[in-house]
Amino acid sequence: MGSINLKQVTKNFGDVSVIKPIDLEIKDGEFIVFVGPSGCGKSTLLRMIAGLEDTTSGNIEIDGEDATATPPAKRGLAMVFQSYALYPHMTVRNNIAFPLKRAKVSKEEIESKIANVAKILNLSDYLERKPGQLSGGQRQRVAIGRAIVRQPSAFLFDEPLSNLDASLRVNMRLEISELHKTLATTMIYVTHDQVEAMTMADRIAVFNAGIIEQVGSPLELYNTPANKFVAGFIGSPKMNFMDVDPITDDPTCCLGIRPEHIEISTEAGMWAGKVGVIEHLGSETFLHVHVEGSGTFTVKAGGDCPFVYGDKIFLSAMDNKMLHFDAAGITLPQQHASVVSI
Amino acid sequence: MATTNSRTLARLMLFPSVVLLLAWMLVPLCMTLYFSFLDYNLLTPGNNEFIGFLNYEFFLTDPAFITSFFNTLLLVGGVLLITLGGGIGLAILLDQAIWGRNYVRIMVLAPFFVMPTVSALVWKNMLMNPVNGLFAHFADWIGVTPIDFFAQIPLLSIIIIVSWQWLPFAALILLTSIQSLDREQLEAADLDGAGPFSKFYYIVLPHLGRAITAVILIETIFLLSIFAEILVTTSGGPGYESTNITYLIYTQSLLQFDVGGGSAGGIVAVIIANIVAIFLMRLIGKNLED
Amino acid sequence: MSINKSNKSKLIYTFLAWTISSLIFFPILWTLITSFKTEAEAISSSPSLFMFDWTLENYEEVLARSPYFNHFWNSIVISLGSSILGLLIAIPAAWSMAFVQTKRTKNLLMWMLSTKMLPPVGVLIPIYLLFRNFGLLDTKLGLVIVMTLINLPIMVWMLYTYFREIPSEVLEASRMDGASIGEEILYVLLPIALPGIASTLLLNVILAWNEAFWTLILTAADAAPLTAFIASYSSPEGLFYAKLSAASAMAIVPILILGWFSQKQLVRGLSFGAVK
Ligand SMILES: Nc1ncnc2c1ncn2[C@@H]1O[C@H](COP(=O)(O)OP(=O)(O)OP(=O)(O)O)[C@@H](O)[C@H]1O
Ligand SMILES: [Mg+2]
Repeated sequence: MGSINLKQVTKNFGDVSVIKPIDLEIKDGEFIVFVGPSGCGKSTLLRMIAGLEDTTSGNIEIDGEDATATPPAKRGLAMVFQSYALYPHMTVRNNIAFPLKRAKVSKEEIESKIANVAKILNLSDYLERKPGQLSGGQRQRVAIGRAIVRQPSAFLFDEPLSNLDASLRVNMRLEISELHKTLATTMIYVTHDQVEAMTMADRIAVFNAGIIEQVGSPLELYNTPANKFVAGFIGSPKMNFMDVDPITDDPTCCLGIRPEHIEISTEAGMWAGKVGVIEHLGSETFLHVHVEGSGTFTVKAGGDCPFVYGDKIFLSAMDNKMLHFDAAGITLPQQHASVVSI
Repeated sequence: MATTNSRTLARLMLFPSVVLLLAWMLVPLCMTLYFSFLDYNLLTPGNNEFIGFLNYEFFLTDPAFITSFFNTLLLVGGVLLITLGGGIGLAILLDQAIWGRNYVRIMVLAPFFVMPTVSALVWKNMLMNPVNGLFAHFADWIGVTPIDFFAQIPLLSIIIIVSWQWLPFAALILLTSIQSLDREQLEAADLDGAGPFSKFYYIVLPHLGRAITAVILIETIFLLSIFAEILVTTSGGPGYESTNITYLIYTQSLLQFDVGGGSAGGIVAVIIANIVAIFLMRLIGKNLED
Repeated sequence: MSINKSNKSKLIYTFLAWTISSLIFFPILWTLITSFKTEAEAISSSPSLFMFDWTLENYEEVLARSPYFNHFWNSIVISLGSSILGLLIAIPAAWSMAFVQTKRTKNLLMWMLSTKMLPPVGVLIPIYLLFRNFGLLDTKLGLVIVMTLINLPIMVWMLYTYFREIPSEVLEASRMDGASIGEEILYVLLPIALPGIASTLLLNVILAWNEAFWTLILTAADAAPLTAFIASYSSPEGLFYAKLSAASAMAIVPILILGWFSQKQLVRGLSFGAVK
């Protein structure tokens, strides 16, 4: 079982407060992803859950029991590190056996469990090698094998795929998702990668400077971000922000429109602009359009976009897709937005 | 990686080292300090009266102190100069493509493993002896008067012996450091038209900074308390010409059984070492810490 | 053409390097050779490098005259004993400093190293008197204690620099895998740091083997290691070059061999991690 409950958890390093009070309930079997800009405290919180860092105040409950002061070895969690952190002096077999040996599992059982894990992760041929003789992807698998073999109540991943090349990342991403489906064990997953977050998560927690800005399913965050930060952080390329209302020309507080929610026209629209850099990706095209008074917009267009550098074009927001934020950056209700876009 | 748990444990595991070193340093040091104010001689067992700073007065105004103070500085400075200069030269030479570099390395490193008493004895008798030493034979052979090393240039002779012991250490550390130098930097400098001297001065020398610091630090620690080499060769003589502070205190306390005087000397030595240490710690604090 | 030129410079450098290193090595070589000469040949004014009657009589005489094996055994016990004892104390300390860093860690390290700068003469008299009172004078135990203490800072520092290179995540992983701190050190840290620990041990064996202040002052006969054995040749027996050489050879050859075998690890250890 693996429900994890954070209650008013904080962390200070000396005088610096890295985690402001955080409340978060992670349900058993859930796949939750932590995202946020570099240095916002994702790893720190993960390590606090693991027990590798002290909690300054607040409580961490695992399966309903207070585990705030429990040492990492006793929490029954498994962690996969960005650097894999394999034991370089042990063979793959011994790496995977290590947690079992610590748990005093019998020899025969260790053997059968290793065989099983090796089969699941395609490691059977490498069991006698040392980590130094493996590729990055294989090392990653060993790290995962070492984590799953002792059937922890939850897995903690800290950017596990960031050292792999792009195609391997896609494979491993699928493998981890697959693993989650078969094991149905709680997973907490820290990443920088939008695609990983959107595709793998049941829920995403968006971090910013030591607080959680919003928690929700990927589509919730995409469609109804709670504030300007989440709106800007989720979605790629980033949402365009402007502070002049395109209809009334009044200076307002913050409007936002995603690149994929902008229509291009050669005749008329809310904004007039000049095409700058064009990025052709084949299936789609990103245009960087300079709009007088509102800065540069990123616009997503089809793969066969006809425009060239310097073209004058018009942009309009699709219906009901524009987001409005108040002075504090909080998203305003949608009906308000539609009033403006009339 | 720091939880209350591991911090408590860490403290526990540091405890033995810290307590032992503290005891090793403080207990004897306090005793030395205490003795240094007493009229305490093992030959004249008395009531060990408290005599204030009299021991210090005697020690510091003794002309032997001034001599041995400067001898200590000369010894440390001279050896550092020779080993660093020679070490850099050797390191650059050994860094070149040469045949049999491993054998050369083994030969260069060897003196470091020779115990001080042995190297002092070998140099004193078999090399520097004015009658039967090899140097004397050599001088005879080319027709000049042999030098009587320990009578004419006692301190320099000791500097030579000690330098021979420490040159390997400096050379090997510097060689390792040079070998870690990024070759592309040198090639880039070649492209910029830098000559060998400017390459050495602007690229090699700064790169060696850390290694040089390490050499200075470690050698100084050992050189400040050179003892066996003096004991075996000159016994500090002639007069006090080759006496350093360590040796002076040894003669005062253990040979003359003057515990009070020797202790005062010991405290003075500690103060001098501390002054040197402060300089050195500044140096490493900057250079050895990354 | 260019191959020719670089070959030429290689030749010059090789010649230079061999000449200089031979000069540096010469005193040792000369000692070894002299130890096989007769006393008459040893002081001959036209000394010969190889062309003489090789003899073992000096070794026989040295062995007959003094209890060489006694001293040799003392040296081994003192240097090995103090190095192992030192490791046992230094490893936990180095673990703490490398993996549970606090603001005071750097200062603590510096302080430890600064105890190394305390001149032995500053504590000579109390140590001598304490040893006398506790009956430790001229005992191996006494010297093991002293050697452990004077080399402890170097050991801690060396181990610290080795440990620092081990990614702490590997140790954390073992903690997540359910290892206690003891198991973490025993099964993960020590095997990974083995080369560093070995060179720490080696360097300290060599330093203790060659230490010649405390060993000369605190021993008389029973516990005297090879340093004291050799010092007894300072005069007037020192004038018997061949015997002096034989004794010297017997004192330095064991450690010389050990040093040569381990030179690679030593260099790194020697510099306290200042060079890699
Ligand atoms: N041991 C420490 N002592 C002091 N400050 C620390 C320590 N560890 C982390 N920090 C600080 O805490 C903040 C959060 O760090 P953390 O590693 O959790 O960020 P992160 O969100 O994981 O970033 P990234 O995405 O780059 O991995 C950073 O500002 C960092 O500088
Ligand atoms: Mg991180």
